[in-house]
Amino acid sequence: MSRIAARFEELKKANRAAFIPFITAGDPDGETTAAMLEKLPAAGADLIELGVPFSDPMADGPSIQAASQRALKAGMRLTKVLELVRRFRKTDAKTPIVLMGYYNPIHKYGTALFVKDAVEAGVDGLITVDLPPEEDDVLRLPAASHGLDIVRLATPTTNDERLKTILNGAGGFLYYVSITGVTGTKSFADDEVHAAVARLQAATGLPCAVGFGIKTPERAAAVAKFADAAVVGSAIVDRMASGAKLEDVLAYCTELAEAVHGARI
Amino acid sequence: MNTPNSYRTGPDSDGHFGGYGGRFVAETLMPLIFELEQAYEAAKTDPAFHEELKGLLTHYVGRESPLYFAERLTAHCGGPKIYLKREDLNHTGAHKVNNCLGQVLLARRMGKTRIIAETGAGMHGVAAATVSARFGFPCVVYMGEVDVERQKANVFRMRLLGAEVRAVKSGSRTLKDAMNEAMRDWVANVSDTFYMIGTAAGPHPYPAMVRDFQSVIGTETRAQILEREGRLPDLVTACVGGGSNAIGMFHPFLDDADVEIHGVEAAGKGTDTPYHAATLSKGIPGVLHGQRSYLLQDDDGQVLEAHSISAGLDYPGVGPEHSWLRDTGRVKYFSATDKEAVDAFVALSRLEGIIPALESSHAIAHVMRVARQMEKDKLIVACLSGRGDKDANTVAAVLGEKI
Repeated sequence: MSRIAARFEELKKANRAAFIPFITAGDPDGETTAAMLEKLPAAGADLIELGVPFSDPMADGPSIQAASQRALKAGMRLTKVLELVRRFRKTDAKTPIVLMGYYNPIHKYGTALFVKDAVEAGVDGLITVDLPPEEDDVLRLPAASHGLDIVRLATPTTNDERLKTILNGAGGFLYYVSITGVTGTKSFADDEVHAAVARLQAATGLPCAVGFGIKTPERAAAVAKFADAAVVGSAIVDRMASGAKLEDVLAYCTELAEAVHGARI
Repeated sequence: MNTPNSYRTGPDSDGHFGGYGGRFVAETLMPLIFELEQAYEAAKTDPAFHEELKGLLTHYVGRESPLYFAERLTAHCGGPKIYLKREDLNHTGAHKVNNCLGQVLLARRMGKTRIIAETGAGMHGVAAATVSARFGFPCVVYMGEVDVERQKANVFRMRLLGAEVRAVKSGSRTLKDAMNEAMRDWVANVSDTFYMIGTAAGPHPYPAMVRDFQSVIGTETRAQILEREGRLPDLVTACVGGGSNAIGMFHPFLDDADVEIHGVEAAGKGTDTPYHAATLSKGIPGVLHGQRSYLLQDDDGQVLEAHSISAGLDYPGVGPEHSWLRDTGRVKYFSATDKEAVDAFVALSRLEGIIPALESSHAIAHVMRVARQMEKDKLIVACLSGRGDKDANTVAAVLGEKI
């Protein structure tokens, strides 16, 4: 069983949703990311979404755009992202890591080679924002043979027919983009997202994560009542950007984790 | 690579020209580009759509545009007869309006109520603002902060036409970032907004759709040269940034095997320096802005900033059909430096009394280079994609004159 499947099974038994923090690799530098990764599981992260910086992050709002710029300026690149994962795996064999980014760096690396190297480094899944199902064979087929999950996205614009296309080949979990917009910019109505997630859960056996609009522990808890995971990105990245101490950012992650883990009690 | 029976049948149903093109957008946008594709396919077969577009092109834009025999430029080069397709005489001063009119009619058919666009030099922004005014749409134009600063006159024109110009402060603050920001707007306003892309690039169906709207250039040119000279030209050429005037000019000639076709990219300060926009000469295939195509990028796949004296060519990507035409060898791509473009800008002004856009000046520079090596009984057609008034400040600065 993959690390992602094992982790969700564990959580299901405990009747808990997963807390998934997002951080951008290399923001503000590689060493900070390495320290952050090492401490996130103890801070309550069930899975970790690690952002791969890209020069043109079209689906991201100002917070993650700026984080990408900081990371690139500090010299982060795809090979170094894999190094960070390799280092993390020396201290943690169980917490799944999902890379989230854009296709071009992977395309440049060489998709088949990248899949092989990513799995060897200890990556469990890939979210490639600008690689829709129609175009992702080139990544999905090698990923399937190496046991790497391609995590697909569903959105408020996804109708039933589109959902079939998205689910065909989806792995790991299904990521519900809760707003029409870029990361960290809008918030959503709980009942609308609840209905949307219920529809996804009825259509797939995959766990359903919700992300893109969760900014506070309260919002995370509200989502964790019905979704299988809550992803928080921009709110964490903003704290990193404000120059907060690592322990303060981690304390905030713990607050989010406790809100998620206590939501169904 | 095998030679196809026709170079004019692409793209396939998924928007691929060979290995290029496609749809590389966030999932939120996928249903929207399918909706656009369906609407465009329906419009294509609707005679009323074409009739309305033709009427506007005739009475609003002033088409057809002349095919002008540049007698003194010809004599100056001492080679073949040189003809210029005068897209600079269109309403708004460039070829961009051909595409914007097609897209605004489509927006209206689709029941959209808001137009967004990206712009580099501001020519597409002006054309988008113009057609939005004409059809009563609110219009938001995204423009890199750097370009807002260097193209103040066009910013004023857009505002005068009722558009809101939003200065983009992210990334390199030029055209590519303006396009990122327009995509972000579109993702956030999925139900009411029509994204009017200015060049033959982006996710399918944009590259094919923009090409179709711009093909009026080549279709007219082909008929005009046959009427004037009784035969097809030996060489057709145009400048290539994203490549919309070029693909519009080239496409109707692609299956004329005896017509040589040259695209001209911006070599900036030289293709042996980092300061150029010669995507097809110096880039490698990559994925940006919804498409797979040649791209200026580093070895980590990060997109590089382009450089050209002409803001309209200052883009690190290129339309996917050009990438395919490059690989098949049907079209050959060259480049001209900033200096060569400025020299051509001055030469055409003095020889023909025509001030060309700096973008178009790259094509003129290429013509002046190759004409000297061609026999006198040959025919060259170059696309003069826009007028150069907007570039007065830039060229004056290069020539050391204060305005």
